[in-house]
Amino acid sequence: MTTITDPHQGQFRLSMLLYDSRYRSLTIQIVALIGFLMLIGWLLSNTAQNLAELGKEPSFSFMMEPAGYDINQRLLDYNSQDTHLRASFMGLLNTLLVAVMGCITATVLGVIIGVLRLSPNWIISRLSAVYVEGFRNVPVLLWIVFTMAVLIETLPQPSAFRKGEASMSLWDSVAVTNRGIYIPEPLFSRSLGDIHLLGNSSLRFDVSLDLLALLAVLIGGILTSVLIKRRADILQEATGVRPRTWHWRLGVVVVPVVLVLAILGFHLGYPELKGFNFRNGIHLRNSLIALWLALSLYTGAFIAEIVRAGILAVSKGQTEAASALGLRPKRTMSLVILPQALRVIIPPLISNYLNLTKNSSLAIAVGYMDITGTLGGITMNQTGRELETVLLLMLVYLTISLTISAVMNWYNESVKLKER
Amino acid sequence: MKKTVFLGALTVAGMAAGASAAATLDDVKARGKLNCGVTTGLVGFAAPDANGKWEGFDVDFCRAVAAAVLGDANAVEFVPTTGKTRFTALASGEVDMLARNTTWTLSRDVDLKFDFVGVNYYDGQGFLVSKEMGVSSAKDLDGATVCIQTGTTTELNLADFFRANNISYEPVPIETNAEGQQQYLAGACDTYTTDASGLAATRATFENPQDHVVLPEIISKEPLGPLVRHGDNEWADIVRWTLNALISAEELGITSTNIGELSAAPGDNPEINRLLGTEGNLGEMLGLDADWAKRAIMAGGNYGEVFAKNIGESTPIALARGLNAQWKDGGLIYSPPFR
Repeated sequence: MTTITDPHQGQFRLSMLLYDSRYRSLTIQIVALIGFLMLIGWLLSNTAQNLAELGKEPSFSFMMEPAGYDINQRLLDYNSQDTHLRASFMGLLNTLLVAVMGCITATVLGVIIGVLRLSPNWIISRLSAVYVEGFRNVPVLLWIVFTMAVLIETLPQPSAFRKGEASMSLWDSVAVTNRGIYIPEPLFSRSLGDIHLLGNSSLRFDVSLDLLALLAVLIGGILTSVLIKRRADILQEATGVRPRTWHWRLGVVVVPVVLVLAILGFHLGYPELKGFNFRNGIHLRNSLIALWLALSLYTGAFIAEIVRAGILAVSKGQTEAASALGLRPKRTMSLVILPQALRVIIPPLISNYLNLTKNSSLAIAVGYMDITGTLGGITMNQTGRELETVLLLMLVYLTISLTISAVMNWYNESVKLKER
Repeated sequence: MKKTVFLGALTVAGMAAGASAAATLDDVKARGKLNCGVTTGLVGFAAPDANGKWEGFDVDFCRAVAAAVLGDANAVEFVPTTGKTRFTALASGEVDMLARNTTWTLSRDVDLKFDFVGVNYYDGQGFLVSKEMGVSSAKDLDGATVCIQTGTTTELNLADFFRANNISYEPVPIETNAEGQQQYLAGACDTYTTDASGLAATRATFENPQDHVVLPEIISKEPLGPLVRHGDNEWADIVRWTLNALISAEELGITSTNIGELSAAPGDNPEINRLLGTEGNLGEMLGLDADWAKRAIMAGGNYGEVFAKNIGESTPIALARGLNAQWKDGGLIYSPPFR
């Protein structure tokens, strides 16, 4: 005779929330959540109440008022009569500019130094170690201020060019001054003009048709070049003989670009000394150079360590197998080691890109007008809207960081080991 | 960890609550010290000397308020603020008052919720250039690189001036006066612009001040004055009338040398008697004692003495009284009557 015992079906009592281990953890979590929400709510209501008492209810309408201040480095047209929103937009573009430039330089520098640090050559590997330890262990703010001070104090002033104490370099095309570097600018005598997007709003921007035409021709050329390569691959598979294609591949990229440049009347505008400063040409301001150099050198040191770690993570057997197959060290590195190392390198690389972007907010130390300098600096100060501007600023950095993160994660997915 | 977060939140809340509390006078008395916001260092107006003791035109005003309220001219905590941080410091309650070359404008008074208690220096924005540039007028500055402190009214005036005259310039934003001085001397900018008084003070610290000149154009009105938070009128009254007491003292001929004698017994001039508390109850009306003005004047002297000692013609800064002379001498310095 078997008896089936039902599981105990005792009715639910309130005390079970505390004494029954099935419910206790749930109870604790709910109580903690309620406490946390109450704390947040209390902070919010406290802030709102205090602001209301001061008579400063949160409002974002100030963003549409005229900014009234000028910005030295503006990638789009801007004058002091534009709105605070437009000024912030200029700042955002400056932030993105230095972040992109910094990420590229830091990566190139980091990969080179990281590989060199593993070099069997004693001097090279020691020098790389000195670079890495030197830059990694000093706060980046100091590097930024130091670079700026070096630029300002050592390079000649524009007046030195007038007096003949300094002269332009590279066949009189580049002027290196303590206010920045002036380089020739590309000009088109038969320009196609610009397209104006978004009308007269604060976010309006112009797109140069010349640039679009060049890009289109360049992309077309690269695609054709890829097609030629595919054909060569097919021929090689079929016959074992690879036809010589490099001159064709180079030609289809370069010739159309040169043609378009000639049609558009491409020429260079050289900087020249007029009045107090150099005019014309592209002005790379000392603040941009200082920030860019310091950020790239600093982050480059971290990336070098990541690259070194990635390479060391690939087992030595891989190198030996590649050598056994007759690959030279250079090709072993680029074909066998680096592709495998990338899987280890990319995740920490993402966080370094994020760091660099966020560190660019130290720009204010050298007067570079990034978004912290415009929205979080002058706009905040002239309008007295601390809470609103800081919230906007946090939102902007959050958006930039999440975007970088998303793009890099997508890249990581594409290079990681495909398991079939 | 949880506890730290909670305490942190409490602190934030406490600071916010402090900001909205109205009774600044009680806070100052309870603390026994006046927190006074000053510049990070502008010789003549507010800068620490070789021994780290703050001195200057604005510093003496802070001391006068501390003397009036607390009876001790040295009971002041000087909080250095930049052009960017000053308003946040005042609004958050970190300082009780600002005496920091701050221009009185409508938006600061109304929108930023501050109360300017008066004007202690009538100033205007000027340009400092080196003599060898051969510039004689600000309108010759087309294309020049201009060093400018961010977060100031001068930044906006500069944009307006160049736009109105249809000439171009390149702004170099800087944070503090010291930074501006360094960039200007290194030639990273052609000219440094700020209030003319600030330029004179900055020039006085150069190795060769005679090589630099302040251009004749004054492109704006910059009435500089002390300010307090909006909403605490009792405190604003105390700071306002301390300033007026210093100004009236000069007008009435009360100086730090003769004040002992004048305050010993009621004299012939009823206004001096009321001011020094030997007659009437003006101090009581302010919530202070009868000797408040006497102590304020004794802290650094009357307005004229403070001016002469810190920025006057006998100092390296060598500013003339100009607009800042008493109204009787053709200036704009004028105090409402003590009555």
